[in-house]
Amino acid sequence: MTSTVVENKSIKLRLFTSCFIALWLLVAAFPFFWTFWGSFKVELDFFSKENWMNAITGIRTLREHGTAFTIEGYEGAWVQEEFWKAVINTALVCLFVVCTSLTIGTLGAYALSRSGFRYAFWLLIIALVFRAMPPITLVAGYLLPFFEWGLWGKLSTTIVVLVAINQPFTLWMLHSFFQKIPKDLDESAMVDGCTHFQAFRYVILPVMWPGVITTGLFSFLLAYNDFAVTAMLLSKENQTMVPKIAGFLGTTQTEGNVMFAVAAVVSATAPLFVLVMFFQRQIVSGLTAGAVKG
Amino acid sequence: MLLFIFLPIVSVVMQSMHIDHEQVFVEVENCDFFGCKKATMVDADATAELKKEQPLGRFVGLSNYINRAHLATSEVADAWRNKDSLGDFYDRVYNLPLYRAIIFTLVYTFTVTPLLIILGFLIAIAVNSLHQRLKGLVIFFSLLPMIVTPLVGSLILFWMIDSRGIIGHSLQMLFDDPDLSLKASTSLTWITLMVYGVWHSAPFAFVIFYAGLQTLPQDTLESAMIDGASRWERIRYVVIPHLTPLVTFVALIQLMDNFRVFEPIVGFNASAHATSLSSIIYTDLGGESQLLSSASTTSVLTILGVIILLSPVLYRTWRDWERKV
Repeated sequence: MTSTVVENKSIKLRLFTSCFIALWLLVAAFPFFWTFWGSFKVELDFFSKENWMNAITGIRTLREHGTAFTIEGYEGAWVQEEFWKAVINTALVCLFVVCTSLTIGTLGAYALSRSGFRYAFWLLIIALVFRAMPPITLVAGYLLPFFEWGLWGKLSTTIVVLVAINQPFTLWMLHSFFQKIPKDLDESAMVDGCTHFQAFRYVILPVMWPGVITTGLFSFLLAYNDFAVTAMLLSKENQTMVPKIAGFLGTTQTEGNVMFAVAAVVSATAPLFVLVMFFQRQIVSGLTAGAVKG
Repeated sequence: MLLFIFLPIVSVVMQSMHIDHEQVFVEVENCDFFGCKKATMVDADATAELKKEQPLGRFVGLSNYINRAHLATSEVADAWRNKDSLGDFYDRVYNLPLYRAIIFTLVYTFTVTPLLIILGFLIAIAVNSLHQRLKGLVIFFSLLPMIVTPLVGSLILFWMIDSRGIIGHSLQMLFDDPDLSLKASTSLTWITLMVYGVWHSAPFAFVIFYAGLQTLPQDTLESAMIDGASRWERIRYVVIPHLTPLVTFVALIQLMDNFRVFEPIVGFNASAHATSLSSIIYTDLGGESQLLSSASTTSVLTILGVIILLSPVLYRTWRDWERKV
């Protein structure tokens, strides 16, 4: 008797949880698929006054172009509005930010984790404060000196600023990874005749790869997603993707080229999609690294 | 690091104490056939020279902080003296830009944070009971709203809630009101922004809680079952206490993140109805006239706000650290 009651309950519960998960999946993923699908339509289909089914079937797109899919939006964004330049800029910024902050980060964090002094505490505090401080508050401080020195609007300046803002966090994260590696490891390497640097290069780094990759992912995301710094510090021709999209909004809404922006948004999301697909485990482990340890 | 982190702060503080130079006026006598006229003109060269000499502008001390655009002490005092009721006082204060931004930022922060913790917790519990193979897929899709660029994510939602987009249109049908627009009224805009905030950050809470659930001691759960605890009681008395430290962690991170809410306001084009501290700095900096000193003043106030918000946390970290050492 009791067992059947439990069974009943669990079936009901299971049904409920499945529905809940399905609902959440819908909420989380549907907007992306909707926008992706809609980016191949003309504006009157994507923003349809009559019937939202139009965006799925693409009636007007069919009428205008003969097929239900058109790459007009992409053409407009990439060729006419020169979105490809922004893509190259983004790639450059991300590449250099990741490389620089990882180089400084691994060396610095290694030194910090082996020094044993109370650096770690102050590092944590700085990382915390920087996590909390809106980057735009700092931008106000950068602007005037950069104008004065003629550094404003250049990609390299932005890279340096992004690295600087990112560094406390990177250092903290790598530091906690290094702390997990026992000191005996580099000591035994040095007994075997390595110099300090060789021990770092041939013994510690190979063990550290997962941590380095995770940290690299996070600095990549920061550089890729940043809007405040790139929008303020880059001149028009050097813009990266995100401010470029924001710029589209101002100009295209009036010209009726919203689809350019939609196509650009889809293009900007695609790399992240692939990234999550391949590095899901690292992202999850990076997110939880700080939390589970306390 | 020192160069790029502390110098800007110093520079911000410096700038916040200056305002733009006044234009230099010269009196010019224009003499023609009809006699001489005196006219006041802007001496552009002298103004430029002055600007070159002191790029920061005139030093005005703290007066930037108390003018109408920022703390507006005299206006607030005025409103307090002439208030008819508390509501009236609130209305008057709400009309001052900085206070409007502060109110929105605080309301946003303290509404979104608890909601996303609850949602993340529910998802984590539900996903944990799923079949192993499905889990990976669900986690993949759950991560998307969080990983995507905030501006891009908010744009995607913005297009969907457009009165011609799918959600906006469905809502119109649902309430049978063809003029319903989520962008037109202040309260609806606030709700939309908060829904976006929860959508964006719930995955973070979910991932953390999910990881916490993996370390849940099975023995305790089993003994609770033997003692006759129902499913709900097990969640209430075993799972939730186990996750409490994580709740603090998520709440902390999300408080900080939500406090700097900025991109959705740009993405939703909502600055007419909702401004946050970050977004007014952005508007100040981005406008034609680049109000650097005004932006810096707001920045300094924001940094102070962050420090106040963080001070209990910093204190606790310091105490924990002392204990550990």
